Amino acid sequence: MNRVRIATFQLLVVLVVWCSCFAAKTLAQTSSPSPAPSATPAAPANPFAPQPAPPLPAGMTGSDVNDPRAKLSPGMYDAGEAAMGIKHLTLLKKPDAFELGSNDPNDPKVNKTLTTVLGVGDPSKMPNATKLVLAGLGFANSDIAFQGNHLFLGNFYGVNIYDISNPAKTSLLTSMICPGGQGDVSVYKNLMFMSVEMTNGRLDCGTGGFPPNPPPPAGQENKPNLPAAQKDRFRGVRIFDISDIRNPKQVAAVQTCRGSHTHTLVIDPNDKNNVYIYVSGTSFVRQSEELAGCSGGKPDTNPNTALFRIDIIKVPVAAPQNAAVVNSPRVFMDPRSGEIAGLMSGETHGTDKPTPTNQCHDITVYSAIGLAAGACSGNGILLDIKDPVHPKRVDAVNDPNYSYWHSASFSNDGTKVVFTDEWGGGLGARCRANDPNKWGADALFNLKDNKLSFASYYKMPAAQGDSENCVAHNGSLVPVPGRDIEVQAWYQGGISVMDFTDADHPVEIAYFDRGPIDPKTLVLGGDWSAYWYNGQIYASEIARGLDVFELTPTKDLTQNEIDAAKTIRMSEFNVQNQQKIVWPHKLVIAKAYVDQLERSQTLSADRITALRAAIQKGDTGNLKKMAPALEKDAASAKSVADSNRLKSLAEILKSPTK
Amino acid sequence: MNSFCLRGQRKLESVTGGGAWRSGLVAASTLSLVFSLPVCAQQADRVTPIVVQPGAPGQPTRTLPTTTRATLPPRSAADVQFMQGMIMHHAQAVEMTALIESHTENKNLRLLGARISHSQSEEIRFMKRWLEARGEPTEMSMPKMSGMDMPGMDMSTMNMKGPMLMPGMLTPKQMEALGKAKAAEFDRLFLTGMIQHHNGALIMVKDLFDTAGAGQDAVLFNFTTDIDSGQRAEIRIMQNMLREKPSEEKQ
Repeated sequence: MNRVRIATFQLLVVLVVWCSCFAAKTLAQTSSPSPAPSATPAAPANPFAPQPAPPLPAGMTGSDVNDPRAKLSPGMYDAGEAAMGIKHLTLLKKPDAFELGSNDPNDPKVNKTLTTVLGVGDPSKMPNATKLVLAGLGFANSDIAFQGNHLFLGNFYGVNIYDISNPAKTSLLTSMICPGGQGDVSVYKNLMFMSVEMTNGRLDCGTGGFPPNPPPPAGQENKPNLPAAQKDRFRGVRIFDISDIRNPKQVAAVQTCRGSHTHTLVIDPNDKNNVYIYVSGTSFVRQSEELAGCSGGKPDTNPNTALFRIDIIKVPVAAPQNAAVVNSPRVFMDPRSGEIAGLMSGETHGTDKPTPTNQCHDITVYSAIGLAAGACSGNGILLDIKDPVHPKRVDAVNDPNYSYWHSASFSNDGTKVVFTDEWGGGLGARCRANDPNKWGADALFNLKDNKLSFASYYKMPAAQGDSENCVAHNGSLVPVPGRDIEVQAWYQGGISVMDFTDADHPVEIAYFDRGPIDPKTLVLGGDWSAYWYNGQIYASEIARGLDVFELTPTKDLTQNEIDAAKTIRMSEFNVQNQQKIVWPHKLVIAKAYVDQLERSQTLSADRITALRAAIQKGDTGNLKKMAPALEKDAASAKSVADSNRLKSLAEILKSPTK
Repeated sequence: MNSFCLRGQRKLESVTGGGAWRSGLVAASTLSLVFSLPVCAQQADRVTPIVVQPGAPGQPTRTLPTTTRATLPPRSAADVQFMQGMIMHHAQAVEMTALIESHTENKNLRLLGARISHSQSEEIRFMKRWLEARGEPTEMSMPKMSGMDMPGMDMSTMNMKGPMLMPGMLTPKQMEALGKAKAAEFDRLFLTGMIQHHNGALIMVKDLFDTAGAGQDAVLFNFTTDIDSGQRAEIRIMQNMLREKPSEEKQ
């Protein structure tokens, strides 16, 4: 999530609103005790009413209104559900410690205007959905990290740590309160890292933020209420020791000028003593009075501007308290002219605002191939990270149908990159029937010789309501051998599993979706991240909690393929630090390949039957004899994917392991 | 890597990824470790969830009662004034873009105007929603305007100076000049005026975060970050349009 845009608004309405504001001052103040005279009482515009999408631009196609996901019934915990190839195992609601108490003055229960505007008569009966209109983002669930049987669920208010040793009976272990948003989280051995960007972040994890100064004396109301600099404010990356999972201890807090919207754990294969954190800050630059050396502004007037860079933190594993920023590379620099703002295209689509490439939103590193893919607001970039402290940009792309480059992931073999466009910032309805399916979508790029080339778009196909925030968001690979599959979160558009083995023709193979939280008001919610980890899919539901799913077989994904994916066990998983998946030479993997070769009609039915029988029997001598023919077929297979499947199948048959 | 096991845990059977990767890409040796390490598992018996709050770096972590509920920083008057002021600020941008259709044929400017109109209108709506949800008026009260205690007055007829003109907003005189200009002169005044206007929004955001206790609301924080970023990009585009203008006219 990066920015706030809620709904479309028509010019006419605005003009009427603007004029009537000053003419009558009655607008939208039905419950206000304002003594304003109402010369021309207009019907109060309800700013909470969702806006329908504008007409589709010429030549564009929208989302599918006939999909079963298009018209699900609303509800916080009782919404209608639709699923294909996914089984929901459990939902763990957000813990009470991450919900406002009813004596907090910010609690919407005490806010009568809200109830009046939304038509809720009795504040004490206000549904959670309504509460979330006010408090939603402050307690939003965000990104997820995994280690062993622990799941770390980031939240704008802290981190919740779950025991997932029995996924269907996932349970909460520890609620760690430490506000500051977004709470993007990573883990490495006994260390947990957490992003903080907001101004309420405190070094001591306090919840009270910082108080305003006392009111200025009479006659000086217009003078700025300075100073705002606070030595106890924290914006950057926190580091916790999680040796005791029930008692995380803050060991370091590395301050940065723009704070940390997201961060990425980087492990240098050649350096065992340190890990690195790439910090993506998207917010304003704070004043130097608060953090020395920080200044903003345009690079032509301020060559030291904290805009147009990423920050790199070096963390000594044995002494994390010594973690510090060691470099702030100018990754957008034009190598020829030396211009710091070398990539600022300002391209956008439709009537959307342009975004400047003065920041990365998120970076995914793939150390196995020495590259990182940066989703950097106005551009997608490719970085050579063989020297992790000095990343070098090797390519940059733009796209006329992209609004905000948000995140990226590589295919396992490193030949493709999936970028996401967070059009509307994640808080807007962008999957309505009239929203183009090339906007707010994934963009698939082929990657060869450090060059990205566009292949196609993928957008979760089902139309969503105008009260459902929906756009492409975070996902991870599903380790099915022989295919490129990604499970991905689409906010209130739910979860979509996409096969992008053929980058020109991505296709949906499974999904899960709920109806809107509220039918009349866009309440922030839906899936922030959906990641596969050791056999299950875990999803961070912004408002509702933590969801656990498993894949179920369909014609597009067989039980053998799911079983093959389940052979991959990780001891630690931070999605933006992508790990190369290496499948064992087990016969269950062979079965998955055979299913795929049958689906693609690469082998005749007779040969499929013979292979299955031989694999079932498990006679190694017999299996070995079948390999040469498969290798021969590989040379003439009609697609690279099928050729690779044949070769890999032959390898397993030659020397299967248990 | 993950070689530690915590209390109450047992080792799971490790799974070894022994296969050679077929592609030309070399898998780093460290990565194969990921699949061959022991996995720690918590015993199945449930434990009561614990609520903790870490201290500053190096300080101990406190255990809080399980009945703990969340709290937010107190609402800042500066936040409310910022939103009210920005509604007024944005409304002028929309008013300026409304002139485009009758004042210029410049295609690029028309596209730019449509975008500005759309995004600023959308943001006005958002800001009203934010204020409404908090029970705050969507217009700024005017206690500072002595002798003008007339909240229902029509501002458009007033020669406004001082506090009601938010940073960067065009003066009535500037607005009048814009309304009278046509074609290339309109384009120039529109672009310079809108750059001035957008720069004002950046000043408003900076002023907000320079105010103690302000900008701690998550939604407002996100919103202002968005305004800051969007206006910067549009300023750059408009500066380029101003620079390119002469060559366009030659053609």
